[in-house]
Amino acid sequence: MTPAMTDDETQGMAYPKPPITARIGKVASRIASYLQAVPLALILGFFFLLPILMIAVVSFWDYDFAGLYPDFLTMNYTDTLGSWVTWKTYLNTLKYTALVWGLTLLIGFWVAYFLAFHIRTTTMQMVLFLVCTVPFLTSNIIRMISWIPVLGRNGLVNTTLIEMGIIPSPIEWLLYSDFAVVLAMVHLNTLFMVTPIFNTLMRIDRSLIEAARDAGANGWQILWNVIIPLAKPGIAIGSIFVVTLVMADFSTVQVMSGGQSASVALMMKNQMSLLQYPAAAANAVVLLIVVLLMVAAILRVVDIRKEL
Amino acid sequence: MTNETKTPKGISRRGLLKTGAAATGAIVGSGLITGFPTIWAQNPITLRQFGTGVSNINAIAEKCKADLGITLEMTATDSDAAAQRAVTQPDSYDIADIEYWILKKVFPAGVIQPMDIKKLKYYDKIVPLFKTGKLTPDSVIAQGTAPHTVGYVEKVGDKTFAKGETQFFTMVPTIYNADTLGIRPDLVGREITTWADIMDPAFKGKTSILNIPSIGIMDAAMIMEAMGNIKYADKGNMTKEEIDATIDFLIKAKQAGQFRAFWKSFDESVNLMASGEVVIQSMWSPAVAAVRSKGIACKYQPLKEGYRSWGGGLGLAAHLEGAQLDAAYEYINWYTSGWVGGYLNRQGYYSAAMDTAKEFMSADEWGYWIEGKAATGDIMSPEGKVMEKAGAVRDGGSFEERMGKVACWNSVMDEDRYMVKRWNEFIAA
Repeated sequence: MTPAMTDDETQGMAYPKPPITARIGKVASRIASYLQAVPLALILGFFFLLPILMIAVVSFWDYDFAGLYPDFLTMNYTDTLGSWVTWKTYLNTLKYTALVWGLTLLIGFWVAYFLAFHIRTTTMQMVLFLVCTVPFLTSNIIRMISWIPVLGRNGLVNTTLIEMGIIPSPIEWLLYSDFAVVLAMVHLNTLFMVTPIFNTLMRIDRSLIEAARDAGANGWQILWNVIIPLAKPGIAIGSIFVVTLVMADFSTVQVMSGGQSASVALMMKNQMSLLQYPAAAANAVVLLIVVLLMVAAILRVVDIRKEL
Repeated sequence: MTNETKTPKGISRRGLLKTGAAATGAIVGSGLITGFPTIWAQNPITLRQFGTGVSNINAIAEKCKADLGITLEMTATDSDAAAQRAVTQPDSYDIADIEYWILKKVFPAGVIQPMDIKKLKYYDKIVPLFKTGKLTPDSVIAQGTAPHTVGYVEKVGDKTFAKGETQFFTMVPTIYNADTLGIRPDLVGREITTWADIMDPAFKGKTSILNIPSIGIMDAAMIMEAMGNIKYADKGNMTKEEIDATIDFLIKAKQAGQFRAFWKSFDESVNLMASGEVVIQSMWSPAVAAVRSKGIACKYQPLKEGYRSWGGGLGLAAHLEGAQLDAAYEYINWYTSGWVGGYLNRQGYYSAAMDTAKEFMSADEWGYWIEGKAATGDIMSPEGKVMEKAGAVRDGGSFEERMGKVACWNSVMDEDRYMVKRWNEFIAA
């Protein structure tokens, strides 16, 4: 209806032809919007789409130790999906992801809640938030490796516990174990949860909480029925960060498990170091699909754009 | 005097090069051997050397520039990448500094040209281990890719290796060593005598082996055989059944918690040992030295079954000809003439031409590193750091005791891909 009416209107009113400059301006503004989109399109095209496309193409190639041979083979996929090693490795990686996601969510929400609702002045909030980011001024690898002297057989924890007489002999599972891997991953990734949740909590209108309290809700009910639903977009964004980072991790698993555990990315790295690039590419495509499905599932539960 | 001899040679070489024939290049090459060093200074030549990094030492490039005027451009890669590069980019290097098992993979591709031993000044000085596989006439030839099995071809252009010594040498050996298990003598609490000791239940959770499939499988094989579980026809070239048996054994040991960790890089092995996480593990000799330099006791324990050994050499790229080929021969003759040998010996590796290296080492250094005698003074590394105090004796003893007891050489198996696949299962298990 509406478009037709506007048409009628323009005809009925019989505007004089717009001057040539205006028409050029109209075309130019249309081109301008395309031009404005060009840099991003180029960057994404060259540095994101093209590499992914190449990985997908290479995953169908043949190879031996000396080189890659363009071909169309599904061998790399059947080898990858047909091996119990792959399934076991995916299961292991998913286990890490679930554990790390749960722990970072718990800790991250806790920290963000404290910062947002228990610290009264904005300055103090910002100061404490910056304190949270201080460890991130050092490299990822350093933060991970510094756990080794802490957790080792003759490390800080074990020697302290033994000297205090709490344990008779060193606890072996502190280092080179799943515990160590998850601990390091939680340490590395919690801030990615804190930041977006803190952001959404700060946007919550305080009068909503007062209203809930006036309506007779207790602390838990406010948290469960008011704050958490409103914090969902932050939780979703944080979850996307944590899930993608953990799914793609190889160095933490390699270092903290002492090479005893496998992760999907570590499997890829092993293949690449043996120059089996097509096999690694096939693995990468499978991982990409799995991670995209996980992100889609998160977005399905929470509409980030609507609630931001 | 010097100028007089230089000029005519320069002209004749340039004239001859125009004809471009390989044969003439060879003639000029042999003619040049007499008065070489100044030529290259006048007509600068660069040789591009790539390799696995053990012998890619800057000090060697500097000394080469000073002695020969040849600029050496060195690139280091890991062994898998080296094998790939050697085959796929044969024009990207002039000298390949690779291990013998890599040569076995690479040479059939025709990217390395054999050397004429007549042009190798110090060929006679090269230890017989690389010619016949025997260090002394009565030693037993080790399993695996023994260097002499890939050391010769019958004639230029051959893709298969010759059975015995011929005029055409595929690579000049440069650096090699015998590897064994490293132990913490203060923590193991008993005598370690065999590879099987790494599986002792007393060391449960305190052992490690290296996670580099082609080498790790050999260490595993030494362990398996020492335990009496299996007798391999050739540890360096296992059958599928032998690979299965070995990996199944490793998986069982892993699940029983025998291993603390698997290391992939040099520094990881040093840290595992230095921190006491591990008391017995696969190790490389410089890593043992690194642990000791922290003041922590560490021993490169000789074992009764013998050593797992490795060796590398220099090969000439197939595209080399004319002046470049001459320079490459020049470089190789210089390499074996003693200075480099002394340098490598002082790092704890072995030089292939021992007699020439001896002239560049002090009597005490020679006694400690090669003869297995107690050091009379402090033993310094080539960089000038104290490595051992006076009175120290090298683990494993003399050169002949160590290299004479090689049980197996690093190798590439026919069932390589299957082995790697099974190894990945072991790591994931």
